[in-house]
Amino acid sequence: MAGEETMKEPKTPRREEDVMYGRSQSAKSRPALNREIQAKIGQQLRAVYDGVVQQGVPDRFVDLLQRFDQAEVGQNSQEAAPAPVDDEIKRDSPT
Amino acid sequence: MTLDPSVRDAMLGAVPSLRAFAISLSGNVDRADDLVQETLLRAWANIASFEPGTNMSAWLFTILRNLFRSEYRKRRREVPDNDGIYAETMKTQPEQTSHVEFEEFRTALAKLSTDQREALILVGASGFSYEEAAEICGCAVGTIKSRVNRARTRLAELLAIESVDDFGPDHEMRAVLGGGR
Repeated sequence: MAGEETMKEPKTPRREEDVMYGRSQSAKSRPALNREIQAKIGQQLRAVYDGVVQQGVPDRFVDLLQRFDQAEVGQNSQEAAPAPVDDEIKRDSPT
Repeated sequence: MTLDPSVRDAMLGAVPSLRAFAISLSGNVDRADDLVQETLLRAWANIASFEPGTNMSAWLFTILRNLFRSEYRKRRREVPDNDGIYAETMKTQPEQTSHVEFEEFRTALAKLSTDQREALILVGASGFSYEEAAEICGCAVGTIKSRVNRARTRLAELLAIESVDDFGPDHEMRAVLGGGR
């Protein structure tokens, strides 16, 4: 808004939660605000992701990979055999 | 021939990130772990097609991503009740703002299209370059950049809009009503 831009606003820092949730101003009208929201989004995205990464390797996957050691690679024994590879997987796997 | 220990270790080392990617994609831990298991089985069965020295992580992410996409197509009619799950969470943890914030973010993430969500996660959380993400998703680098940008814009909109509703004075009442459905 042109009228809003001409007003002299005090340079008081806004509360972080106000910035994040776009209280009182829309995200689109304020590039600076938008940057702060984007930084917060990046931070939350990594928090969600890293929360899982930090759980490490569950036992079921350790056990599964140990079974790979005991079986012949590529033999597709019935015990550990994957379902038939569908066309999409074949196509996208590097050859 | 047996599985090269270094290959096995690389697969094992990729599991935590694969799980994080799978959970972000599917929104469900059990389904995500099944996806990771299926990914490892397929990788093992096709290990001959993996070139030693290339990026094992990117290769596994490609397999998982394609498995999810083919499964997603089959399940498309089963629309998950995200609102119900969200309302239930809100009801049990109404006073923990950080938890609400966290759930709010996950809910917003789940509302993105699959294309946008996977691009954003690969670049913004998994640490892949735009080029690697493009290879994993089988599309152009420009497409990935555009999806990431649109995902960020959409998330900003969703978080801004939802917070006005969810943090209003009657948000607890709303949560209780929502949970009672």
